[in-house]
Amino acid sequence: MTEDIDRSEAAQARDAEEHSGHGDYITHAKSIRSWMFSVDHKRIGILYAVTAAIAFLAAGVFALLVRAELLIPGETFLSAQSYNQLFSLHGIVMVFGFIIPAIPGFLGNFLLPIHLGAKDVAFPRLNLFSYYLYLLGVILIIVAMVVGSVDTGWTFYTPYSARTGPAVLFLAMAVFIAGFASIFTGINFIVTVHKMRAPGMTWNRLPLFVWSIYSTSIVQVLATPVLGITVLLLFLERLLQIGIFDPALGGDPILFQHFFWFYSHPAVYIMILPGFGIISELIATFSRQRIYGYMAIALSSVAIAMLGFLVWGHHMFVSGQSVISSVIFSLITYLIGIPSGIKVFNWIATMYKGSISFKTPMLYALSFLVLFTIGGVTGIMVGVLAVDIHLHDTYYVVGHFHYVMMGGTVIALLGGLHYWWPKITGRMYNEVCGQIAAFLIFVGLNLTFFTQLVLGSRGMPRRYNDYLPEFTFLHQLSTIGSWIMGLGLFLVLGYLLVSLFRGKKAGANPWGGATLEWTHTGPRPDPHNFHRTPFVTRGPYEFDRIGITHTETAEADRDADPPDVVLNQDRT
Amino acid sequence: MTGSFWLPDGASTLSSEIDSLFHFVNWASIILFVGVVVAIAYLAYRYRRRPGGPAPMRVKPNKMVEISWVVLPTILVLIVFNWGFRLFVEQSVAPPNAYEVYVRGAMWKWDFEYPTGAVTTNELHVPVDRPVRLVMSSADVLHSFFVPAFRVKQDVLPKRYSAVWFEATRVDTFQVFCTEYCGMGHSVMLASVITHSQGDFEAWLASAGVDEDTPLPELGAQLYQQQACIGCHTLDGTEIIGPTFAGLYGKTETLDDGSTVVVDDDYLRESIVDPNAKIVQGYANVPMPAGYTGLSERQLSALIAFIREQQ
Repeated sequence: MTEDIDRSEAAQARDAEEHSGHGDYITHAKSIRSWMFSVDHKRIGILYAVTAAIAFLAAGVFALLVRAELLIPGETFLSAQSYNQLFSLHGIVMVFGFIIPAIPGFLGNFLLPIHLGAKDVAFPRLNLFSYYLYLLGVILIIVAMVVGSVDTGWTFYTPYSARTGPAVLFLAMAVFIAGFASIFTGINFIVTVHKMRAPGMTWNRLPLFVWSIYSTSIVQVLATPVLGITVLLLFLERLLQIGIFDPALGGDPILFQHFFWFYSHPAVYIMILPGFGIISELIATFSRQRIYGYMAIALSSVAIAMLGFLVWGHHMFVSGQSVISSVIFSLITYLIGIPSGIKVFNWIATMYKGSISFKTPMLYALSFLVLFTIGGVTGIMVGVLAVDIHLHDTYYVVGHFHYVMMGGTVIALLGGLHYWWPKITGRMYNEVCGQIAAFLIFVGLNLTFFTQLVLGSRGMPRRYNDYLPEFTFLHQLSTIGSWIMGLGLFLVLGYLLVSLFRGKKAGANPWGGATLEWTHTGPRPDPHNFHRTPFVTRGPYEFDRIGITHTETAEADRDADPPDVVLNQDRT
Repeated sequence: MTGSFWLPDGASTLSSEIDSLFHFVNWASIILFVGVVVAIAYLAYRYRRRPGGPAPMRVKPNKMVEISWVVLPTILVLIVFNWGFRLFVEQSVAPPNAYEVYVRGAMWKWDFEYPTGAVTTNELHVPVDRPVRLVMSSADVLHSFFVPAFRVKQDVLPKRYSAVWFEATRVDTFQVFCTEYCGMGHSVMLASVITHSQGDFEAWLASAGVDEDTPLPELGAQLYQQQACIGCHTLDGTEIIGPTFAGLYGKTETLDDGSTVVVDDDYLRESIVDPNAKIVQGYANVPMPAGYTGLSERQLSALIAFIREQQ
């Protein structure tokens, strides 16, 4: 049985009646077992969220320690060895434990089926299996690194990594396992998008978040196996002593870099594409405006996913690869800059003639536009062949990718977390705290990473536990920035925990969103999302067609916690 | 700080062109960035949600606008690509008359060998106003040779040659960094490029490598600096990466397997040329690099004499 997307009063009343006695996805079953073995995409999403949050917290603390060591020149409280282990832990846990799985695993799982009007993903059991592979991978990664004192950095370049004992192989195995979690999730999401869309949910009615997760899934499925192959080759080299990457055995260390970046560059798009999706949702909802250039944004995600496979060599301009390879990789790198630029321009244009509200999620979206632009233009800079020779492996590169990863992905994730928090938990957080934290994070992030851009272009190499006196001032600014950022992030953790227990009850659609999770589910979705399969008759951002207009919410908007947006009822 | 806000002073024939390209991209970026921020700020203010404000209006996408923001950035990046490409070719191909120095990177020091056979450690001496081509390889893991002032960088690989060239434009001392992570001593794998005028360079080269008259402990003190022992072994008793040299000579050390050894000339010699033979307890995870096998007998004696003096 299907139902039109624009709901009648009678339909709402019927829903309310059906709600009683069942409970939503959280209250309908309460045992630990019902969480650990749930095949509900929403619960699995929450499992991902908790695990990824712990990984983020740990990796974030490692980063704060690294920055603290750099506050004063010379060795202070960390030996060179501990410093190297800490920055390796920071990178590896952040990349494989947090930033790759976080958005697809958490928000992707939670929202993708609801956005499509489906009950669940295509393969719910595979979905749960993916989570456990990921969990196992993260635990093994941390165990291997701590027990085995791994200090290779997240890039594992041979032959250095070949000298650091068996722990690196163990760690590689852990990454291999986590990789399969990524592949299975990708397959699951691709099939879900193709086969599970509700009636009327055509490709050009998909929320842009779905497009971005879909593009990400393609990359996950195509790129991650190369990581697995590389890991297996490392094993073969070590066990059978056949030379593949280690020059001592006749292998080629540059081959390792090619394999590594063939995965890890596309992996950068696994990290950022879902963030693009979140930003599209935030800007549309908080501007009450249709996305400007919907198809351009959707297809640019796919274009980025495809071109992302052809640019890995730009990490290797000074590695000793041939000059002609470097030239080709540089050219393609510029081409991939264009679709990213298109997205930014379209997002900005979306605000034109909108009705813009500055709630916390929108503050993150606006932060994203500013920070991602810096990440983007510095990316163009390091793509310039002649200039990259100078900038490669300096703090400029560190600053650049942190602007993209932290200023892009993490800011987008924070925006998404605040935006969907009421839908996930059924409660509101403290808006004032939210805005203060968003401000602190924005300021801290810029102070931390802009100074690193300058440090790098002035010649400061990365992965140094000590530095020349001339770099002291900039390093100190960067460390102070990291404290401000850390303060903001701990504030977020604090008020969100408070909100879980004491937050005001949220309505079903506190922001006036027009995608299905806002219009067709309760404050917290039911175990099976919808009572009836929605029948979709409009695009995801047609706010005017469901009666969400500016005037109805203008008053409410000044309250910290606005009541539900009243839906237009004359369109049945 | 010298140089511009963004870049240290350049000192090679190509550095000013590379800097111009850097500044071009940087200014284009700044203009684009300011444009983006102004647009966001204007739209955010102009269309802020407020009581009595206008309702959102549908915007019809404008083809010209969309085409322009695809085409203009494409043209801009193609200009930048072309410029970077031409400079890159110049950077990659050394002039035929270049003076060649062989560079050997090892954990965690740089050796420079000149055509005359003279070898220096952590100090590269070159003439100004003459192209210098460095032919480089590594004794162990990947390293990378980076001189910020010359805007040059090139990875150094084991069992393979890589090359980099520059032509210094003034007489000075310039910082060299290792920029490919190579383990514990990565941050102390530093060196200097010392540039000389043509005449001075000839004179320096003629005297380089001749040390027959230096007393052993004094030569040892120089080697302690030049061979980068200083990166891991202190003279004042503090333990950094390796054991301190203070009071080391004559001491009885406990080895990893529980046996003991008296630190004498023979033990010191063995520990320099074959550092893994007898590892003192607590240092098993900090293997000393094996890059010291090339020291001459006189140099070894000098180092031992120097360590003996550190009481």
